[in-house]
Amino acid sequence: MMGERLLMKGSEALAEAAIRAGAQIFFGYPITPQNETPEYFSRRMPELGRKYVQAESEVASINMVYGAAATGTRVITTSSSPGISLMQEGFSYIGNSNVPCVVVNVMRGGPGLGNIAPAQGDYFQATKGGGHGDYHSIVLAPHTVQEQCDLMYDAFELAEKYRIMVVVLSDGLLGQMMEPVEFKDWVDVSKLKTPDWAIVGKGDRPRNLISSFELDPEGLEKMNLALQEKYKKIAENETRYELYMMDDAEYALTGFGTVARIMKTTVKMLREKGIKAGLIRPITVWPFPYKVYEDFADKVKFFFDVEMNEGQMLEDVKLGVNGKKPVLYYGRLGGVVPTAEEIYKQFRLHLGGC
Amino acid sequence: MKLIYKAPETFTKKPTTYCPGCTHGIAHRLIAELLEEMDLVKKAVIVWPVGCSVFGYDFIDTDATVAAHGRACAMATGIKRAHPESFVITYQGDGDLASIGMAETVHAAARGELITTIFINNGNFGMTGGQMAPTTLIGQVTTTSPYGRKPEVNGFPIHVAEMLATLDGPAYIARASLDSPQHINQAKNFIRKAFKAQLLGLGYSLVELVSTCPTNWKMTPVEALERVRKEVLPVFPIGEFRVVKGVE
Ligand SMILES: Cc1ncc(C[n+]2csc(CCOP(=O)(O)OP(=O)(O)O)c2C)c(N)n1
Ligand code: SF4
Repeated sequence: MMGERLLMKGSEALAEAAIRAGAQIFFGYPITPQNETPEYFSRRMPELGRKYVQAESEVASINMVYGAAATGTRVITTSSSPGISLMQEGFSYIGNSNVPCVVVNVMRGGPGLGNIAPAQGDYFQATKGGGHGDYHSIVLAPHTVQEQCDLMYDAFELAEKYRIMVVVLSDGLLGQMMEPVEFKDWVDVSKLKTPDWAIVGKGDRPRNLISSFELDPEGLEKMNLALQEKYKKIAENETRYELYMMDDAEYALTGFGTVARIMKTTVKMLREKGIKAGLIRPITVWPFPYKVYEDFADKVKFFFDVEMNEGQMLEDVKLGVNGKKPVLYYGRLGGVVPTAEEIYKQFRLHLGGC
Repeated sequence: MKLIYKAPETFTKKPTTYCPGCTHGIAHRLIAELLEEMDLVKKAVIVWPVGCSVFGYDFIDTDATVAAHGRACAMATGIKRAHPESFVITYQGDGDLASIGMAETVHAAARGELITTIFINNGNFGMTGGQMAPTTLIGQVTTTSPYGRKPEVNGFPIHVAEMLATLDGPAYIARASLDSPQHINQAKNFIRKAFKAQLLGLGYSLVELVSTCPTNWKMTPVEALERVRKEVLPVFPIGEFRVVKGVE
């Protein structure tokens, strides 16, 4: 049985989805444009006998997440760009400690204090590390409120399956818009078991240790290689993307998250003019779906990448296309959201006039 | 022959990595003895710090983790809130707790987190080679206060126990010293009360242990203990600073 269909604001729907997906405990610190999410958790978690803690900073909240994750509890935090920067220390430790958790980044304009408008400038930070050392997190990039909700369930499952941090890369637009959403069934939290690696007191078993620390270089290299093995497996099994009108496409538009949603309209506008355009939309931006770009490089005339940043995903698109076809780019910065018409015009410029 | 003293069972057989005369080892022993005496070994989760005691899990056989530098109280908060049945201890040096981790410490204390902090005050950053700590005494020479700590340049030493005792969240705050058998017995008594505060759900607890770092102080172990008595204890007096009803 599917859950009910509700009209909800993205930032609240996201929290509700996380709760239904089994989030047991939330730690966080306020930052616009995602304050409705912690506010929603603070109301709803105690109602359900679950827990909510407001930390003194993002540095503290991610380390609280780290601690809760080390006990094998379903734990989540949400924040926005400057807060996520503060969490990078924790991300790196979590990465090398192999503990599962979910982090939502509702991206805003940057760098620095920037502004509170929707942006995509944290792509590098989310997909290429951000914290120190060779680590990755799975990064999911929803483009609708519904998808954001669905991905919350996947986020917890992937986190636990691979003992890894999963980032949901959202932005203020997906947070602030209202859309009808249908929730999947509640996860039965009474069935969630404390995993055998958790640190909760050793009882009668040999003790567990959760640590990112290994002084011996060869020992640490071994830990690093094990992480890389895990990342390889994730890339093989969990890479996700959506193809929209790509079957007969002669031109491939591409973008992630909010921009991709707008680009679907652009694709329709182009199709109405008889231009065979389609959209490639990465859902996992790490692992990035390089292969789908490589495959379409033989079929399309060029790729047109649009982002709300200065071409951060562009580098990955180009890696996928590998020089076989031109990759053109259009971007807006500072929290400016491009319109479908604007993207249409920009695309037409590349076609040689509009 | 009658056995009157032996190593705690909870000690692993690994030799510790501390310098000769370092009081980290004594602090470990007190924790291990109390975990056994209070039947807490199976429930204990120790959050080890960054600092000389980063290897603490190698010496005390409980579930354990190593927090990022200064974040032990935040991580312990996460563990305890997620799993309240665990008995959660953070073990932290003065660089860890009072420098980089001050915010996490003060706020865990203010929230009254049901965790216990063992705070090793040895007046410098031991592991990284004896740099100035927030607890370094005025006039004390360290590698980053080579002319002696000057208030106008480096500010004043922070009295962690006294400061935290002003908050409403902690149930037990005390400072003890590890320089003599009497003081060590008192330290054990204080730590017992701190553990009790957590077990009874009364609030946050912390025992500051005035410790030695003979290596970076460039002293013999005996000289280091004498320095504690002569120079450190007058600035960092031992005693109980906050004892809520039920702990005593
Ligand atoms: C973020 C970060 N900054 C700096 C360090 C380097 N560091 C390691 S131990 C230490 C000081 C530890 O001193 P203290 O907490 O007093 O413990 P002790 O070694 O004296 O027992 C520092 C600064 C680190 N590991 N992480
Ligand atoms: S450097 Fe100092 S604190 Fe560290 S083990 Fe040696 S004596 Fe102890």
